[in-house]
Amino acid sequence: MATPTIDAPRSGKVDVKYTRRKGGKGNFEMAAWLFMRLSGVVLVVLIFGHLFVNLMVGDGIHAIDFGFVAGKWASPFWQIWDLLMLWLAMLHGTNGVRTIINDYAERNATRMTLKTVLYVATVVIIVLGTLVIFTFDPCPAGAVTDLPSFCTAK
Amino acid sequence: MWSWVGHRITGVVIFFFLLVHVLDTSLVRVSPEAYTAVIGTYKNPIMGLGEAGLVAAIVFHAFNGLRIVAIDFWKKGNKYQARLLWAVLILWVVVMVPFLIRHLSIVFGGH
Repeated sequence: MATPTIDAPRSGKVDVKYTRRKGGKGNFEMAAWLFMRLSGVVLVVLIFGHLFVNLMVGDGIHAIDFGFVAGKWASPFWQIWDLLMLWLAMLHGTNGVRTIINDYAERNATRMTLKTVLYVATVVIIVLGTLVIFTFDPCPAGAVTDLPSFCTAK
Repeated sequence: MWSWVGHRITGVVIFFFLLVHVLDTSLVRVSPEAYTAVIGTYKNPIMGLGEAGLVAAIVFHAFNGLRIVAIDFWKKGNKYQARLLWAVLILWVVVMVPFLIRHLSIVFGGH
C-alpha cells in the first residue's frame, strides 16, 4: 500500500478550508487577548487598593455607609480611580464571559442570545456607573442621615 | 489545567458580583437612606463569609492572572509555570491570612 503524502503545515499547499481566514474579523481577537493581560495588571493594582482602603483601614467594612462613599467621591482622585476600575473591570469581565459563552454554547442561536444579553448588561452597567460617579451629590437637599461630616457646613 | 478551571470559575463569580456591586452602589444617587439601608442588610455573618469568599476568589484570580502574563510574556515563563502556580498559592495564603483575621474579627466582633 502506498504511503499517503501529507504536506507540511504552512507549506502553502494545505487545503484552503484548513487555512486561517485572512482579513474579515481583523485583529480583534488578538487585541482582546492583549487587552485581557494589560487591563488585568492594572486591575490588580486598582482592586487591591480598593479592597485595602474599604475593608482593612479604619473600621473596615462596618464603616461603609452613604457618608463613607460621599467622602471618597468628594475627591477627584477616587472618582478617577473608581471610573477606571469600573470601565476596565467591566470590559475585562465581559470579554472573559464572552470567551466562556463561545466555548460552551454550541448552538448558534444560544450563543447569539447569551452574548446579546451580556452586551446589553455591560452597556447598562458602564453607563449607569459612570453617570453615578459624575452626577453624584454628597450632600443631597433634604437628606439628614449618614451624611459626610463636611455637609454640616451647609 | 485546574488553575485554568479555577481561573474561569473565579472570573465568572467576580463578574456577577461586579454587576450587583455597581447596582447597589448606584443607590447613593437615589438617597442616603436607600444606600445605607441596603448596605445594612449586608452587615451580618452570612454576608461576611460571602465577602471573605469573594476576596479569596479575587486574590486567586489576580495572582493566577499575573502568572498567565508571566507565562505569555516571560521567556522562561513556560518552563517555570508549575513553580509559578506554587508561588500563586503561597502568595494567596500570605494575603488571605491577615485579611481573614482582620475581616472576620470585624464581621464576628459584633460592634
